[in-house]
Amino acid sequence: MTTRPLRGRRLGAQLLAAGVLLAGALTACSDDTGGDGKEAAGVNGTDDGTTITMWTRAATQTQSERLVKQYNATHKNQVKLTVIPTDNYQPRIAAAAGAKQLPDVFAADVIFVPNYTSQGLFKDLTDRISRLPFKDALAPSHMELGTYEDRLYTLPHTLDLSVIFYNKDLYRKAGLDPEKPPKTLKELAQQATTIDQKLGRDGKVNGTFFGGNCGGCFVFTFWPSVWAAGGEIMNDDGTRSQVDQAPMTEVFDIWRGLYENGVTGPTTKTEQGPTWTGFFPKGTVGVMPMPSTTLGLMPPSMDIGVTPIPGPDGGESTFVGGDSIGISATSDHTDAAWNFISWTVSDEAQTEVMAKNKDVLARTDLADNKYSAADPRIVLINSLVAKGRTPYALRFGQTFNDPQGPWLRYAREALFGDTGKLPELNKAVDSSLKQ
Amino acid sequence: MTTTTRIRTSPARPAAVARRPWWRTRTAAGLAYAAPTAVVVGLLFLAPLGLVGWMSLNRWPLLGDAEFNAPANYEKVRDDPLFLDAAVFTLKYTVLVTVLLSAAALGLALLVQERRRGTGFFRTAYFLPGAVGFAAASLLFYGLYSNEFGPLDTILQRLRITDEPVQWIGTPNGALFSTIALVIWRFAGFNMLILLTGLQSIPGELYEAARVDGASRWQMFRRITLPLLRPTIALMLILSITGSLLAFDQFFILTNGGPDNSTTTLVMVIYRNAFFRFDLGGAAALSVVLLVVLVGLNALQLRVLRRGDD
Repeated sequence: MTTRPLRGRRLGAQLLAAGVLLAGALTACSDDTGGDGKEAAGVNGTDDGTTITMWTRAATQTQSERLVKQYNATHKNQVKLTVIPTDNYQPRIAAAAGAKQLPDVFAADVIFVPNYTSQGLFKDLTDRISRLPFKDALAPSHMELGTYEDRLYTLPHTLDLSVIFYNKDLYRKAGLDPEKPPKTLKELAQQATTIDQKLGRDGKVNGTFFGGNCGGCFVFTFWPSVWAAGGEIMNDDGTRSQVDQAPMTEVFDIWRGLYENGVTGPTTKTEQGPTWTGFFPKGTVGVMPMPSTTLGLMPPSMDIGVTPIPGPDGGESTFVGGDSIGISATSDHTDAAWNFISWTVSDEAQTEVMAKNKDVLARTDLADNKYSAADPRIVLINSLVAKGRTPYALRFGQTFNDPQGPWLRYAREALFGDTGKLPELNKAVDSSLKQ
Repeated sequence: MTTTTRIRTSPARPAAVARRPWWRTRTAAGLAYAAPTAVVVGLLFLAPLGLVGWMSLNRWPLLGDAEFNAPANYEKVRDDPLFLDAAVFTLKYTVLVTVLLSAAALGLALLVQERRRGTGFFRTAYFLPGAVGFAAASLLFYGLYSNEFGPLDTILQRLRITDEPVQWIGTPNGALFSTIALVIWRFAGFNMLILLTGLQSIPGELYEAARVDGASRWQMFRRITLPLLRPTIALMLILSITGSLLAFDQFFILTNGGPDNSTTTLVMVIYRNAFFRFDLGGAAALSVVLLVVLVGLNALQLRVLRRGDD
């Protein structure tokens, strides 16, 4: 009987423990939605020592880190940045949103922004953005995609443009003129073929390369050729596919020819995306479309030329990619967060952080600055921001980027497979866009 | 309950029992002991399960209010061509992996069954891959198979076995079998361990008697080892089949469901619906369907297993 009181005490402890567990779990589930605080904070928000949490994806990590470092050094507010692997970014955002655990500020691939705004993930910043003195100079395609039902939700964060890189050393060795980059896609095919025939006999050098199992890579590198030729991929509101029409078909045919003739390198068909930019810096590829942000990461000794992506018979265009940044709908620190994101597009941040590091600027009025003049390639890339395009579709990610989406099937049949299947697959692209 | 009743009706100490407050009875103590587990199970298993069931009957946005729309989500599951393809592929993968993995595990277990010099070393060596996290192992194989930086191609080409890069994960069958190779490497040792415990519980006298009767090694394996190993094999099969039907990590990391959706599993379809298409209701409906199938399969397996014991 002496054990009775002890057992009772132990029982009490267990109930207590269970209670603590329960309480903890309930708090974790509790709703902490906050409203859009005081509007009185002014154009620049508040800088009162608030800690702001921010997420970004690995693809644009370098730029985000530089901006955060400079902001933290010059402000009382402190930004805590979390970098998430690019492939997992969208699922992480979705999971966090479902649990109302989004950070105060998050950057997102500009192409996914319409979907996020339509789901209500970003705070409405219309009034704040309208009061910025340079609001008309903000990168136009980023601003367009951050607008949903006439309200503004995001600012441009980083810009990543698709351009043609060509290896001038390989051009010289193959007897091509390194100062005459391709002006048409057909010319690009000829130059790539020449390099492949003259230098590629041992299999080490290839004329060109593309990510053949990567929906997003096709979007980024092939679509500008369509725009350059005056064509369209979708209708204006991004609900109907036109991928089965010229000039898209013509662009596919040119790349298909390069693959069939072995000009593209043996792993083209299997490249899923993570390593598609890894071949050019090794000096083994003659000419290929690349992201402009990788220019700063190329080996300094490499002699690289940059030129816009041409259409089949001329013209030029680019895919204006990169990230937009906004304040999450569930953030309690709107004024502090605004202080940070409005600073990232200020003259100071754009010139002394972005331009200084050879990055493309989020503002067209600063394109001509004291740093850009040093490298004509940067001037060229900056000048493309106004000519380039960022396509709009609410269902963009699940249609074009998703590895299980219909576009990747379509593009792969068009490039490597049975073109007879294309009409059926185009219907799948169409219905995915309409969802 | 029967013991409590017996104590109560016992004529020796009726008064003492009757006066004991409810919270000091055996029933209360039993409930209290079970309570922490019950709370954890309720909170971390039953509540989410109920939530998934409820989600599957609603249009469930990332932020904002849900909207009842049953049975629209289940109709979507039925009409999704990717779901059917994924179901067929998942079954094919489950059958292949279960057969190959069991054979490999049984082979390894038989190799290191008896205590000789060096068995300890080999047991550890076979089990070691099991100590690598599955996602890490998948990444490891991704690097191994990579045409850009993987060593496999270089080695094969140096040895002049192949003269151009092998498309390890570039063709549907290549992707399937490359993944199966990874799964066997990672799990054969663990399954070997399960089988070893079964093997070691078979009494040595049985083999001795069989040997006296002049049985061959094959006869001993078929008539003694296999029948007595049956419950252990059944356990291994349940683990392997359930695990394979829920396959995700290996394909997500290694093949991304490709090429051309040829290695997309059911759980990947759920993941895609929830996190790429933000269709949480549809993903919940898929999860419920998969759960029902799994429970059914496990019940069937357990019945077959019990029948064998009788």
